[in-house]
Amino acid sequence: MAEAANLHAAAPERARTGGEGSELSRAKVRSALLFLAPMVVVLFLVAGWPLIRTIWFSFTDASLSDIGNYGFVGVDNFYNSEWGGLLSDANWWTAVWNTLYFTFVSVSLETVLGMIVALALNVKFPGRGWVRAAILIPWAIPTIVSAKMWGWMLHDQFGMLNDLGMTLGLLAEPVAWTASPDTAMLAVIIVDVWKTTPFMALLILAGLQMLPSDCYEAARVDGVHPVRVFFKVTLPLVYPAVMVAVIFRALDSLRIFDLIYVLTSNSQDTMTMSVYARQQLVDFQDVGYGSAASTMLFLIIAALTLATITIGKVKLGGDPR
Amino acid sequence: MAEVLLKNVRKSFGKVETIHGVNLEIRDREFVVFVGPSGCGKSTLLRLIAGLEDITSGDLLIDGKRVNALPPAKRGISMVFQSYALYPHMTVFENIAFGLRLAGGGDDAVKQAVEKAAGILELTPLLDRLPKDLSGGQRQRVAIGRAIVRDPKVFLFDEPLSNLDAALRVQTRIEIAKLHQDMAATMIYVTHDQVEAMTLADKIVVLRAGEVEQVGAPLRLYHHPRNLFVAGFIGSPQMNFIKTRATGTGPDGVRCALPGGGEVTARVSAEGVVEGEPVTLGIRPEHMGAANGGVGVEGKVDVVEQLGESHLMHVVLPDGQRMIARAPGDAQAREGGQAVLGLDGALCHLFRDDGLACARLS
Repeated sequence: MAEAANLHAAAPERARTGGEGSELSRAKVRSALLFLAPMVVVLFLVAGWPLIRTIWFSFTDASLSDIGNYGFVGVDNFYNSEWGGLLSDANWWTAVWNTLYFTFVSVSLETVLGMIVALALNVKFPGRGWVRAAILIPWAIPTIVSAKMWGWMLHDQFGMLNDLGMTLGLLAEPVAWTASPDTAMLAVIIVDVWKTTPFMALLILAGLQMLPSDCYEAARVDGVHPVRVFFKVTLPLVYPAVMVAVIFRALDSLRIFDLIYVLTSNSQDTMTMSVYARQQLVDFQDVGYGSAASTMLFLIIAALTLATITIGKVKLGGDPR
Repeated sequence: MAEVLLKNVRKSFGKVETIHGVNLEIRDREFVVFVGPSGCGKSTLLRLIAGLEDITSGDLLIDGKRVNALPPAKRGISMVFQSYALYPHMTVFENIAFGLRLAGGGDDAVKQAVEKAAGILELTPLLDRLPKDLSGGQRQRVAIGRAIVRDPKVFLFDEPLSNLDAALRVQTRIEIAKLHQDMAATMIYVTHDQVEAMTLADKIVVLRAGEVEQVGAPLRLYHHPRNLFVAGFIGSPQMNFIKTRATGTGPDGVRCALPGGGEVTARVSAEGVVEGEPVTLGIRPEHMGAANGGVGVEGKVDVVEQLGESHLMHVVLPDGQRMIARAPGDAQAREGGQAVLGLDGALCHLFRDDGLACARLS
């Protein structure tokens, strides 16, 4: 989506330079198109074609067991009077709610924690380079590995979290973190926050390092309280970078699959839209219905992204100030 | 009342000492300019006074009170930065008011103070604009407005004009001079531009490599530089230096041999100078008459720079030393021709081998 928005933002620019029709600008446009062509072709092959195919399948009754043999069923997969379709499936709406809840809570936590980490790393102290590298470790570990690792730590019988809680007297009895409906979502959010806060911190840190240092000296000379400086100077100036980071992260968590599938499998309490689509597509072999779920997932993410960009007044690829 | 007193102030960054024991007395309402080549420590010294850097050892007193341990805001100073340091997302009004809100007083008091400062600096029509919509000169005025609105005891300027173009620089320089008259505040100003230093300062502090070379009124430094460095740094084009020997001393000065034969008697105190010791004769380009008769040096005119009101003649002496003489704009000077440059002993400076100047008699 980010690429799409970028292309969109560049379009008026191209129209302006190309519209003049001078030889030099036409030559520039030609070479620009030449450089863009390979990327457009690759994007079409790896993103465009599967997307079109998925949307096509969502209007069919294709099955995974015999994918070549299907018939067109119109919007039956989305809605029909016979068995309801996707839009009247309570499980689907639970998955949508779970996804939105998970995204909102985890991205909010990651933004706040990432900002705190970034502010700490933005201060010069001995060994800062090492700390910066070390903090990236959770993010560098493949999701499957960290999910498995946390799965063991959260295990109801052998997990160290229960052991620690019992030893310290915080827990009266072992908690089935990933299995209990009360804690499953919490467990998933904890792991996601642990894993992706470093990414958030790094993006915000990059934004912080672009800020003009002389403004801070001016504020010091003027005796402005550091908290006020943070809310009145740092936050407004770093806001564009934070919003880009938030959008990246939100896109990532709206399509979350691996972490949740490894930790809680097909549990209703944590099932997200991706997990739901996979279950329909693979477990129930229903390619048509699963594709309809995937198409809805795509539409929801697209709508939310557009809303965020519009409401947040984020200029992707533009001058941040 | 705002005196600033520096007593043996030193600053080290890690193991490297950059300010080597500076002693300086800045009187109330004085306009002091720190000048020196880049890397001489003038900006560091200003930042030490501002409190943006810690003083490694020594004392800094403002109004007789030791302020080494005070944060910048409590020192009664305000500072104008080279890069203006405006908050890019705030309007001119918000920029000027930002540091003010904490000082007490309601919104009305803040508004009044900002409008007064804006009036002084002719910023009133620009109060709602963002810094990015202002010209360089306007931004600089906003930065100055932010400084004056706090009514500080001491103003600090860190090369405030270096990002402006030549015409604007002259104009802003005059505005700062007027501001100093009106505000009746102590001002400390850092620059590498000696024209700014000469025109603005009550007192110039020449710095080199973290040490004070000379402190004094602009013309005092011009006419009586303490050593070779100050003599070369103050004045443009720089003073001509002729390496030579003392051939005799007397109550009327020191006699020196000139390249290409002849002698000149520099009217300086001969105290301690022995016959035959190597000395450097200094004379400013504007004091080298083209044809004054009397003593002089002869050489080939290499380049003539025509400035309009005067010519700068670059002359190569027979022994290879280069001289610059300022001749009137209507003087006939041809590149490649011979020229005789007159030397008036009363206008000469004499520096001994250790670089220190002999006191001039006139």
